Amino acid sequence: MRRQSMMPYLAWMLLFIIVPLLLVVYYAFTIPSETGNVWSLENFTRFFEPIYLKVLWRSVYLAVLSTMICLLLGYPAAMIMVGNAFTRKSALMLLFVVPMWMNFLLRTYAWLTLLERNGFINVLLSALRLPRLNILYTNSAVILGMVYNFLPFMVLPIYSVLSKIDKDVIEAAGDLGANSLKVFMKVVFPLSLPGVVSGITMVFMPALTTFVISRLLGGGQFTLVGNLIEQQFLVVGDWGFGSAISVIMILLILLSMAIMSFFEGEESEVAPW
Amino acid sequence: MVQKSKLVLMLLSLVIVSFVLSGCNKDKQMLYVYNWGDYVDESILEDFEKETGIKLVYDTFATNEDMYVKIKSGGSSYDVIFPSDYMLTRMREEGMLEKIDLSQIPNVKHIDERLMSADYDPNNEYSLPYMWGTLGILYNTTMVDEEEVQSWDILWDPKYKKEILMLDSQRDSIGAALLRLGYPLNTLDPKELAEAGELLKAQKPLVLAYVVDEGKDKMVAGEAALALTWSGEAMYAIDESDDLAYSIPREGTNLWYDVMAIPKGAKNMDAALKFMDFLNRPDIALRNAEYTGYATPNLAALAMLPEEVREDRSAYPQDEDLVNAEVFVNLGKTLKDYDRIWTEVKAH
Repeated sequence: MRRQSMMPYLAWMLLFIIVPLLLVVYYAFTIPSETGNVWSLENFTRFFEPIYLKVLWRSVYLAVLSTMICLLLGYPAAMIMVGNAFTRKSALMLLFVVPMWMNFLLRTYAWLTLLERNGFINVLLSALRLPRLNILYTNSAVILGMVYNFLPFMVLPIYSVLSKIDKDVIEAAGDLGANSLKVFMKVVFPLSLPGVVSGITMVFMPALTTFVISRLLGGGQFTLVGNLIEQQFLVVGDWGFGSAISVIMILLILLSMAIMSFFEGEESEVAPW
Repeated sequence: MVQKSKLVLMLLSLVIVSFVLSGCNKDKQMLYVYNWGDYVDESILEDFEKETGIKLVYDTFATNEDMYVKIKSGGSSYDVIFPSDYMLTRMREEGMLEKIDLSQIPNVKHIDERLMSADYDPNNEYSLPYMWGTLGILYNTTMVDEEEVQSWDILWDPKYKKEILMLDSQRDSIGAALLRLGYPLNTLDPKELAEAGELLKAQKPLVLAYVVDEGKDKMVAGEAALALTWSGEAMYAIDESDDLAYSIPREGTNLWYDVMAIPKGAKNMDAALKFMDFLNRPDIALRNAEYTGYATPNLAALAMLPEEVREDRSAYPQDEDLVNAEVFVNLGKTLKDYDRIWTEVKAH
């Protein structure tokens, strides 16, 4: 009976996960010819041309950078949230979560207007006689967009781990003579590592594959891997090359997840919320 | 437990079934239209629904290539689409279009004879002209000298670093480079194409952004000095701001025609023909031309436009403005080279 109730889920997974994945792999390894599709590695060899490797490098660079910024901003934020009284805590939590109720695209479009040369931020800055900020359509705007959109994915898992740390452990460390810096370095941080790792994973993946943020805030100049894939499918219609890049991305993500789970060790039971 | 999950399953399937059924009940006739973004006066669509009782579903695309890929990959069921000349040829040659029965479209008599039976569709078997225009440079007169905008060179002038908006559309941006080099717009020569690609890569540090629909708003807001754009977009922006003007550089331009067509397998042929007829009714065509800023092929509507619009040579260029103008044609196999070059320019 139990197996029977599993069936719909299995069918769903087969239809919407396994089959599409196989199709992607099929397109990646074939090229169209006069006699139908033939097997070929051409799509993959094309990706290793310098120009596309540069795109990959740019994507990894921007994703790593924005993940690091998210961590530097997110960890203290999570600590502040844990340290606060219950009512303030939920207010802070709301501040992080409420923007996520709004559509992601809408929020990114909002930045587009805010950052304009004569946009709100610059009007404000010049009213305060401060130097103007011209970062729209640059790397910085793309990073800003990523950090803004993905920060909650860093804060929430870290918060959830930190709030579960037994207060007695921290007190014990203090009783044994550790100052607060040492308590943090030797006790709190190591215990929160699973949350950090899952936060990094949850920010790094979408940052590596985003195409909307770079398209809107980068003005279509900063082609990231996501843009390259989108372009192959929606503009050029080269499904083979697009699929090959997708397969390479899947492999890269699997690899980074393997590395992450190595760090995560055995205590990997982290629910992000 | 088992009972419960069965109940959930049943409810779920009920919901799904009712969704599927609700899509196809009612006798209301439907019409699925796929047009460029911001390319119609939307009140016209409401009027069409009111007058005919046909329910309109209206989607938009940003470039011909987007539209082609979506139709080609199947699954979408549009009844009226709006490709440009070269894309119409490609779709016609690939058997992707239905023939149009012109006898069902009485208002076709208003369309300028000179725009009928063009090279892209001899005999108008598959298309009717919708709008036409040119490719040129929209510029801010407070930032740019009018003399300089008479040549495509200005888009490569380091003086305007980060002040230039290019079109995120491969034929148009590669076209501007080809025009600057003095090569034909439909070149099949790989060497000329590669040169154009290099020129676009060299231009990248000067470009503020690659945009399509947002371009005109950015120009109105004074965010950039120069924008490669289509004539109607320019007219729209000039209407909004006194600082803007449009120039067709002397090396030449792309003269283009956007048309209406019916994709193969369209389910609402009747409604599609009604819609095409409606858009060609003089009062409707007039409103559309006034809203979009593009040149209308509808002579009756043209006659009703204010004189200053009709005489505006940026919107309605005269023959002598178009001596160097070329129409895009379908490139066949060479298209792959264009695709590759554009991918490389964007990735650079």
